[in-house]
Amino acid sequence: MEPLLKGTNLVKRYGKVTALDHCDFDLYPGEILAVIGDNGAGKSTLIKAISGAVIPDEGEIMLEGKPIRFSTPIEARAAGIETVYQTLAMSPALSIADNMFMGRELRAPGLMGSVFRKLDRPRMEKFAREKLNELGLMTIQNINQAVETLSGGQRQGVAVARAAAFGSKVVILDEPTAALGVKESRRVLELIRDVRSRGIPIILISHNMPHVFEVADRIHIHRLGKRLCVIKPGDYSMSDAVAFMTGAKLPEGVAEPA
Amino acid sequence: MTDAKTASSFEEGLKGASEKVAEFHEEKSQLKRLQHWLHQTPSAVPMIVLMVALLVFGVLAENFFKAGTLSVILQQIAIVGILGCAQTIVILTAGIDLSVGAIAVFSSVLMGQATFRYGVPAEIAIVIGLILGTAMGAVNGLLIAKMKLPPFIATLGTWQILLAANFIFSANETIRSSDIAATAPALQFWGGSIQPGGIKILYAVFLMIALVAIMSYVLRSTAWGRHVYATGDDPQAAELAGVPTGKVLIQVYALAGFFCAVAGWVMIGRFGSVSPTASTGQLGNIQSITAVVIGGISLFGGRGSIVGMFFGALIVGVFEMGLRLVGTDPQWTFFLIGVLIIFAVAVDQWIRKVAS
Repeated sequence: MEPLLKGTNLVKRYGKVTALDHCDFDLYPGEILAVIGDNGAGKSTLIKAISGAVIPDEGEIMLEGKPIRFSTPIEARAAGIETVYQTLAMSPALSIADNMFMGRELRAPGLMGSVFRKLDRPRMEKFAREKLNELGLMTIQNINQAVETLSGGQRQGVAVARAAAFGSKVVILDEPTAALGVKESRRVLELIRDVRSRGIPIILISHNMPHVFEVADRIHIHRLGKRLCVIKPGDYSMSDAVAFMTGAKLPEGVAEPA
Repeated sequence: MTDAKTASSFEEGLKGASEKVAEFHEEKSQLKRLQHWLHQTPSAVPMIVLMVALLVFGVLAENFFKAGTLSVILQQIAIVGILGCAQTIVILTAGIDLSVGAIAVFSSVLMGQATFRYGVPAEIAIVIGLILGTAMGAVNGLLIAKMKLPPFIATLGTWQILLAANFIFSANETIRSSDIAATAPALQFWGGSIQPGGIKILYAVFLMIALVAIMSYVLRSTAWGRHVYATGDDPQAAELAGVPTGKVLIQVYALAGFFCAVAGWVMIGRFGSVSPTASTGQLGNIQSITAVVIGGISLFGGRGSIVGMFFGALIVGVFEMGLRLVGTDPQWTFFLIGVLIIFAVAVDQWIRKVAS
């Protein structure tokens, strides 16, 4: 099977720091790929390179066999790659519906939309409400309430719902459960499986080993700016994975980079 | 793949627990409710202050509630109100524009000199003035969005540069009102008025109200308006969510420049003459910022409504007129406006705490 999303030889330098050091990356159709790594290993940079937030200095990214080069997150989104950032990327003072459609607002039909650029608020609100209900993650009464009046879990839910609603090719989740309680985490993990069952592959960045081992089909272990190895959660234990990513142990057939 | 349902054994403990996730049943006090209401209706505070001011002056000064008085108040705030439209969109992006007055005065001088020095027909001179005013605003936008200068510093610079350029270009020369009326009446268009029942209402007043209404619609009901709010609220988040924040900033400052140029055109109508030394050049920025702040628009960006700015400008106008009719020392106006500014910012801080 061909990878849906493939990165080869990705390099990104920030001044003297090399965040990505000839890194490879593969995502296959319909899978949940977890990306784990110690702090500073370059996970975030890798994800940003894929989602268009960072432009790699070298290397190539292919989506469905075609080379892509995003210079902004908007281009990545247009190509069907949605990202839920750890910071959630939401405007706190704006409403849930406004946030879900930020950057891809719906315009009213007819003259009001084409000439006066009027937003189609009823349609946007209906869609937002549907997506949140589908998720069942929260009990939000008012789709027009400001995001800052929501709890952490509810905000996360809105962000995940936004990505799931619009991501047609790939959904990237950066630490989606880090700020959540036990029950809310469970809902998010269920949602991740829901999204996969619709055939959309997911990249999951997480520090939470139980969550990673529970939902991931494959685990990409990132170390010192590159891919150290890819393991299947059935083949190794959580402590093995932690040992690999911290450098305490090396997987078979892999030499420690100089 | 591991079986999903049994994956995390520690979660066994969840069985039998309530299925509800993070529901909130806060006991809301009256004060909390007020805070939430103000959070959703940012122009409520200035509206209440305006009502109270109208009532107080209505009681204290007997000729206050005459149609003539009210029309003079509207006339007085026409220019500040238009500059306030410019200042509002800038402050919504968490910026500030100190050059609004300078752009207005320079644009009015450009319109006047194009007509009288270079013989351009007045209508075309007006268009030239509007375009150059927009360009001056766009320069502010480029300095802030591309060169990443803090808005305060960038516009502090352009304020001085534009004001000086205005004096140099005009050679400190005032174009007399009678000359304009004779050869280029289009320049004075906004000074015209309708007089239903003997009450004079300037065209400029209608223009200000129309601009506030249009911008209120644009900010609330178009994608661009939402992007302005998002850019001021959290620029990083907006950028990641797909808002081209740099482009939005340049557009906002350019549009602000356009509004300033419109204010410059209105100034010719209000004052009759074209004067490079008009006080708007020095005071326009402070007056417009005052209207915006009293109008409940947050200096931290992303919060407030342009209708609030209109109320803010009206409050200032009502105070000036009311205190004059009551016959107090005019310094009391500034005293009370200072108090109002501090009150408005304190209320803004309190409202923003709703989040935490």
